Amino acid sequence: MKKVYINSIASISPQKTFDSSEFLNEIIIHEDQVVFAVEPVYKDYIPPAAARRMAKGIKMGVVASKMALREAGLEQVDAIITGTGMGCLRDSEKFLSGIIDNNEQFLTPTSFIQSTHNTVGGQIALELQCKGYNFTYVHGSNSFESALMDAKLQLELEEAENILIGGVDELADYTTKLNKIIHHIKDKKTSSHNLLDSKTKGAVFGEGANFFVLSNKKQATAYAEVVSVKIFNTLSESDVAETALSFLKENNLTVEAIDAIVLGRNGDVEFDGFYTKLSLSLFSNTPQICYKHLIGEFNTASPFGIWLASKILKTQNVPNVLKWNEKNTSSYNTILLYNQYRGENHSFIILKSC
Amino acid sequence: MEALKQELKENIIEQLNLEDMTAEDIADDDMLFGDGLALDSIDALELIVMLDKNYGIKLTDPKEGRAIFESINTMAAYISEHRSK
Repeated sequence: MKKVYINSIASISPQKTFDSSEFLNEIIIHEDQVVFAVEPVYKDYIPPAAARRMAKGIKMGVVASKMALREAGLEQVDAIITGTGMGCLRDSEKFLSGIIDNNEQFLTPTSFIQSTHNTVGGQIALELQCKGYNFTYVHGSNSFESALMDAKLQLELEEAENILIGGVDELADYTTKLNKIIHHIKDKKTSSHNLLDSKTKGAVFGEGANFFVLSNKKQATAYAEVVSVKIFNTLSESDVAETALSFLKENNLTVEAIDAIVLGRNGDVEFDGFYTKLSLSLFSNTPQICYKHLIGEFNTASPFGIWLASKILKTQNVPNVLKWNEKNTSSYNTILLYNQYRGENHSFIILKSC
Repeated sequence: MEALKQELKENIIEQLNLEDMTAEDIADDDMLFGDGLALDSIDALELIVMLDKNYGIKLTDPKEGRAIFESINTMAAYISEHRSK
């Protein structure tokens, strides 16, 4: 089987990450319960005629995909695989509100067309004129991981050579209101400074798009090798450590071989215990990295973890703002990522320098 | 009639998300489709719904739409003659 490499990365997030030459040099401290993406100048990437019907999520996805392709030096890919937890929420809300407000009359086509979950994947394909495999996974907080797994299998089996994969989710007003009512969003404003230690229920919600070109041919630009991906819909807190250990064993690795662990800790006192199980036991001597205080929580926040792990493997630098403990290592060669949301959809990923 | 033309321009800009465009940028005789504003078939559907919702005009013959949506002038003339609200 062929190895799978991350040849390029691109991120649009609530931090200024769209400039890929930087690695969190300048940190934006957010103070609210929802944090919005810092947007690039879309007109530099999308013709105004095409952009006018695109909501924020579509624009973020299309632009992040273009950035990833540009870095990989590719004009075409064999497949486009997207992950999204909630799809194009803004247009969904607009379309559904229109039905209610107008008593099921006067329904216009644009927001309906743009509201489907696979709109981002479709728009990218239209822009590239890519008629290859195009798939969108909608699996909650394992949406991106499902896309990653699909791409990995295709590349390993040489069914494709270059695949564009990405995760995208956008914030939308009405859904945000609902998430506040059910306390999935924190009741009070919380600063990025103390979010991970807030010890309150709920999360700060965010949005963003993270895209990657994966290939079974390593380019000079390559960031990392994707060694393994495993997802679980359900996993109890008491089984997390054992599951992590089994995952490492399956990949002929030990805890000591892991140079850093990237955790999806989001400051929700109800569910951060899953991460604590790993950080206080198996990986207590491993450098631990967290990121959701910078970008918030959303179903496709975890590819931001892959984005930063890729950066770490390439630059051998961990910005202080990401460090959860004081442990250090001389070099970063193997990174384990673990993520879950509200105790469901757990993922383990191993990336290795290449 | 001038007020209706201004209203149409503002509604078209809003409904069709014509970013960076103001009512002043659209001349009364500019072609809405083709070389002028370069609207497309999805925009045509939006305009048909707009006529129904805002002016109570139901277009049933698509061929009719081609002449009505030629410019702001033709739209305003048709609406003035056929509006029910």
